[in-house]
Amino acid sequence: MSKPADAAADFNLADLPDGELVEQMFDDLYDGLADEIAEGTNILLARGWDAKRVLDEALVGGMNIVGADFRDGILFVPEVLLAANAMKAGMAILKPVLAESGAEPVGKMVIGTVKGDIHDIGKNLVGMMMEGAGFEIIDLGINTHADTYIAALREHKPDILGMSALLTTTMPYMKVVIDAMKEQGLRDRHVVLIGGAPLNEEFGKAVGANAFCRDAATAVEVAKRLIQERRVARA
Amino acid sequence: MTMPSPVLIIGCGALGRELAELKRLNGWSHVTLRCLPAELHNRPERITPALREAIESGRREFEHIFVAYADCGSRGDIERLLAAYGIERLPGAHCYEFFASGRRFAELAGAEPGTFYLTDFLVRHFDRLVRRGLGLDRHPELMRNYFGNYRRLVYLSQANDPALDEMACAHARFLGLEYRREPCGFAPFNQAVTERIIRWRS
Repeated sequence: MSKPADAAADFNLADLPDGELVEQMFDDLYDGLADEIAEGTNILLARGWDAKRVLDEALVGGMNIVGADFRDGILFVPEVLLAANAMKAGMAILKPVLAESGAEPVGKMVIGTVKGDIHDIGKNLVGMMMEGAGFEIIDLGINTHADTYIAALREHKPDILGMSALLTTTMPYMKVVIDAMKEQGLRDRHVVLIGGAPLNEEFGKAVGANAFCRDAATAVEVAKRLIQERRVARA
Repeated sequence: MTMPSPVLIIGCGALGRELAELKRLNGWSHVTLRCLPAELHNRPERITPALREAIESGRREFEHIFVAYADCGSRGDIERLLAAYGIERLPGAHCYEFFASGRRFAELAGAEPGTFYLTDFLVRHFDRLVRRGLGLDRHPELMRNYFGNYRRLVYLSQANDPALDEMACAHARFLGLEYRREPCGFAPFNQAVTERIIRWRS
């Protein structure tokens, strides 16, 4: 998935036609080449592609391949992190352009790792892929208390609350947050998605979440579906 | 005196040395030890299928089987597999818990959630499983992704070995974390395994 070594020195992304450049960006994302992704993103914008198209076709398209190969055991965590860092380099260029365009986000999500837990690799991947899918993300970071979640729900009024935990000792805190949402009459206003290595669907049902998401790609699919269902139900 | 029934322990490779030591110390000549590769921990979804294969193979030869794995990030898959066979495993979510004992581990985690734990095995195999396993040898820029939120490294020491202590301290420096050694010995681990094996002997 990378350029031949002897051709690399003379390789110029700007010489490639659009289709081949996008294909090359898929390869560069796969190989975690942040500088090349930034360059390819700038080239496509300069050719008149709108930011949304660059995001959807070049970056998200490439990350979907990375996600599928991770799920199939072809790629491992280091490669996924490198790819994510490369995608971030492209997103950093696209975000201000997207903001200027005034395009409405697909939805809004508040996300955070629960109290007592400092693991954020999965949460960050979900946040990035959701952002890539057109969601506005409010990231509360790690070690997030129920009060902080509740305050963020009141302030930002998101469609979705996302909670992450990597430890069996911290995952029960998700129920504490969901119970607090119920007590304050907020539960029905938000979709609650949860994720993390020790979790499963049964746990999601037990704590009262709308869904457990096995990985970032699943989170995007589920988020889009549930938001659509809620909007149809309200119409 | 009758010979005790043969027992198979299917263990994580990360516990192989400790399990062999327990077998020697307790004189368990009726116990056979088979370990799966410790590298499975970097892909926990592969542990359960590997265990199923080892159990299927072992149940033809052994009356009793014990699995020396915790949940180990399998999302409960190991538990469900073992329930179907009526087989017990080590308690807890991962090996840190039974090396330190559940109560002590909870204290350590509560005092500093940003704690990275090493056992004797992980100290010895840090380069293979952490440095190379996480790709830090090739991509040191990933250090922040993995360890940016950690504050300290706690070495849950089984053997009282100054050389391992020195190595663990060096690993903490490599990760940029404060260092602390927590002497655990073999007692909590010994207890967790032995109580099952003794039960089958009676």
